Amino acid sequence: MKKKFNLPVRQLATVGAFALFLLLGNFLMAKKIIGLYYTKVLMVAAINMILAVSLNIATGFLGQLPLGSAGFMAVGAYTSAIIMRKVTFVSPALAFPVCIIIGGLAAALCGFIIGLPALRLKGDYIAIITLGFAEIIRIVILNIDSALGITLTYGASNLKNIPKTTTFTNAFIWVFIVCYLVSALMKSRHGRAILSIRDNEIAAESCGINLTYYKTMAFIVYAFFTGIGGALYAGYLGILNPSGFSFAKSIDILVMVVLGGMGSMTGSVISAAVLTIVPEILHAFSDYRMIVYSLLLIVVMIFRPAGLMGNKEFSMDMLTGLFKKKAKGERSKK
Amino acid sequence: MSTFSLIIKQIINGLQLGSIFALVAVGYSMVYGIIRLLNFAHCDIIMVGAYIAWFFMTNFANMPIIAVVASILGCTLLGVTIEKVAYKPLRSSPRISLLITAIGISYLLENTAQLVLGAAAKKVPGFFTAETIRIGQVTVSTASLVTIAVLAVSMVLLTLLVQKTKLGRAMRAVSEDAETAQLMGTNINGTISFTFAVGSALAGIGSVLYCCAYPQVSPTMGSMLGLKAFVAAVLGGIGSIPGAMIGGFMIGLTEVFVSAIGLSTWKDAVVFLILIIILLVKPSGILGKTVSEKV
Amino acid sequence: MSRLVPTPSTGVIPERDLGKTPVLEVVRLGIDFGGLTAVDDFTITVGPTEICGLIGPNGAGKTTVFNLLTNVYQPTRGTILLNGVPTQGKSVHEVNKMGIARTFQNVRLFKEMSVEDNVLIGLHNSMNYNIFESFCKMPRYIREEKRSHEKAMELLSIFNMEHLAEDRAGSLPYGVQRRLEILRALATDPSIILLDEPAAGMNPNETEALMQNIQKIRDTFRIAVMLIEHDMNLVMGICEGIAVLNYGRIIAKGTPDEIKSNPQVIEAYLGNRRNEGA
Repeated sequence: MKKKFNLPVRQLATVGAFALFLLLGNFLMAKKIIGLYYTKVLMVAAINMILAVSLNIATGFLGQLPLGSAGFMAVGAYTSAIIMRKVTFVSPALAFPVCIIIGGLAAALCGFIIGLPALRLKGDYIAIITLGFAEIIRIVILNIDSALGITLTYGASNLKNIPKTTTFTNAFIWVFIVCYLVSALMKSRHGRAILSIRDNEIAAESCGINLTYYKTMAFIVYAFFTGIGGALYAGYLGILNPSGFSFAKSIDILVMVVLGGMGSMTGSVISAAVLTIVPEILHAFSDYRMIVYSLLLIVVMIFRPAGLMGNKEFSMDMLTGLFKKKAKGERSKK
Repeated sequence: MSTFSLIIKQIINGLQLGSIFALVAVGYSMVYGIIRLLNFAHCDIIMVGAYIAWFFMTNFANMPIIAVVASILGCTLLGVTIEKVAYKPLRSSPRISLLITAIGISYLLENTAQLVLGAAAKKVPGFFTAETIRIGQVTVSTASLVTIAVLAVSMVLLTLLVQKTKLGRAMRAVSEDAETAQLMGTNINGTISFTFAVGSALAGIGSVLYCCAYPQVSPTMGSMLGLKAFVAAVLGGIGSIPGAMIGGFMIGLTEVFVSAIGLSTWKDAVVFLILIIILLVKPSGILGKTVSEKV
Repeated sequence: MSRLVPTPSTGVIPERDLGKTPVLEVVRLGIDFGGLTAVDDFTITVGPTEICGLIGPNGAGKTTVFNLLTNVYQPTRGTILLNGVPTQGKSVHEVNKMGIARTFQNVRLFKEMSVEDNVLIGLHNSMNYNIFESFCKMPRYIREEKRSHEKAMELLSIFNMEHLAEDRAGSLPYGVQRRLEILRALATDPSIILLDEPAAGMNPNETEALMQNIQKIRDTFRIAVMLIEHDMNLVMGICEGIAVLNYGRIIAKGTPDEIKSNPQVIEAYLGNRRNEGA
């Protein structure tokens, strides 16, 4: 039998490692070793991690392919930003977490409305419906003001003066929360039910799994966390325009999930970090970024459909496993 | 102009747009029917076809036929190549891999075009010397009439091909049950390639007609056109050729009339709303049949 | 509701089950695909601890019957009573909760998941905690997961598969996959289990072991078993009642001995020699 750390120890170690990471990051920023520019890059990386981890729920765990991440992001971003602008009676730092959650809930509601009809169908309809949904959202944001004669989203002229409340620390705290919740979900009976649907719908149904319920649940969780990512994005940019939530944005996130390995949460996190930070370091590369991304999608699918991590998770057990193997190898050398 | 002739004009515009949707929708429908893939790259094949048309029209403006032939050949070749290079290796993979590859191809074509030809739209010279024709009280553009006529001819030829020829029979057999068809001696790979060739050739025709209707090309022109054509295919019933035509006309007319009543900024949203409503009410579309999975 | 098992005139009910509510009571079930009648006039009664067999030539509609019983297909005609309750209009997962579990002709495991997780999916509906309890690792979550783990191991021990618990289900040999599928079905706590060709691809020794195991499962869990099988040794060896299906209709019902000597059955299996000759 494989020896496992017991639960509290593992949880403490994870929280400890994360706290250390936050401290180190803040220390390096205070000492200006990480400059303002790269602090921003890291914040974007954190937001992308959240977006990739959430898309991975729908794509890697549930086995569906929604192409509407940008739409759910937009819902989260605009909802949270509009409230943030209105709420002036409390400090933005206090209002922000609440607004993020409201943004997430708004996206989740959209996820429910879209997911319920789309997920009843077999095949690729979910891809096209979510794509259409994202497009509808963009058009609504663009035109709602002039249609109703109000000033809510400011349409094509930007939604400005959003308090810039996203920081390195709170962005990564949200990454941590999202990752924790997703991993807890996947270790529960609900998570297993979602995985079983990916592996074999007919068998899952015959085992008493309510397909519509769990598909919709996974989809809502995906929309919720994507909305949270969007809200953080709004707090990072401080200014929103519907053109920022185009199909290209959805594809960026899909590339991260595919490269990291569909079905691996840690894979998504790692590849979101890599695909955000590397292009920033290689500036010359920026013209070709999209082409490289599309080639990545094709090449990964043809030659290594499992991506970087397959459906394995990077964990403490994996590390100790590596050490044990090393130790074993050294012993056998002697 | 009287209201009546205005309405007639709008209907003809709608039918013209619908014809283009229909040609593209048939391509989606055929490919979906045969390998159950939503071929995202299909819309960018149209974009490439339009650029080919633009190239030949700017350089050999007095011989539009060269542009037409070149577009059709170029699209056919591109479609078959994509199938051979990107889709064939994945034939036994999960469907999601195939779909992601298709998105990758679509994205690749779009961004390569952007890098090579620039993001700005390019103007395509007119195909017809006489731009309008007068029928009674109504003036209609030559392009509209040609488009509708070309669609009609293409659909008749396609139906004959699918229903009366050996290759058509193979296509129907493979889309019904690929494994059994193979056991019966059908050349699966050949049939799939042929389907892509036919679908892409229709996309080529569609791209030229699109250039006639909206004489400019840009790297992203295909994506919206493609999506709407797909909605048309779903509306008509995916896998059905007459369905694609009906769906195309319905989407085309809807779009034209939504614009005509002054809601042109909402027309894309309306099309997608239609999609969501069909999938809620009758997922198999107007002429489609429901297929149940074998257990 | 409390219909009693009738005397063996409608089928073969083992004596111990007489006078109890039948687990399954199917009356004149039929389904048409397009214009084609795939199954018609299918009537059968299964006692609560009966092992019964469904046999017939290829294409006779046996698997279609299973799909009808589990509501994968909605029947065109007829009624199905499961423990006295009609299953009409219920969805597939609801029928499972009502007490029917099944395996598939072409094994359908959750291939990317571990062996234990496959069984845990079967136990899904018996676990009782909500999503927030799993987020917070509440005591009930931990308790239920622990209980289910033990239950899964107990089930795996039926086929001596405990040591495979952490293996990927898709990596198992074919025969083991079939057994795992049976365990997964059992985990859903059914009152009747439908086995679609459980011995397919097994050698005679394995089939022999499987026969004993099916009986053991019936005795331990006190459930009914209905199986489709081409291996006549297995069918004749363990089934108490057998129904023979041909062209979607039952052509004979009875005990193994009655079936063996039934001329219609022999004809269905071997074909009418005289006709073929002509």
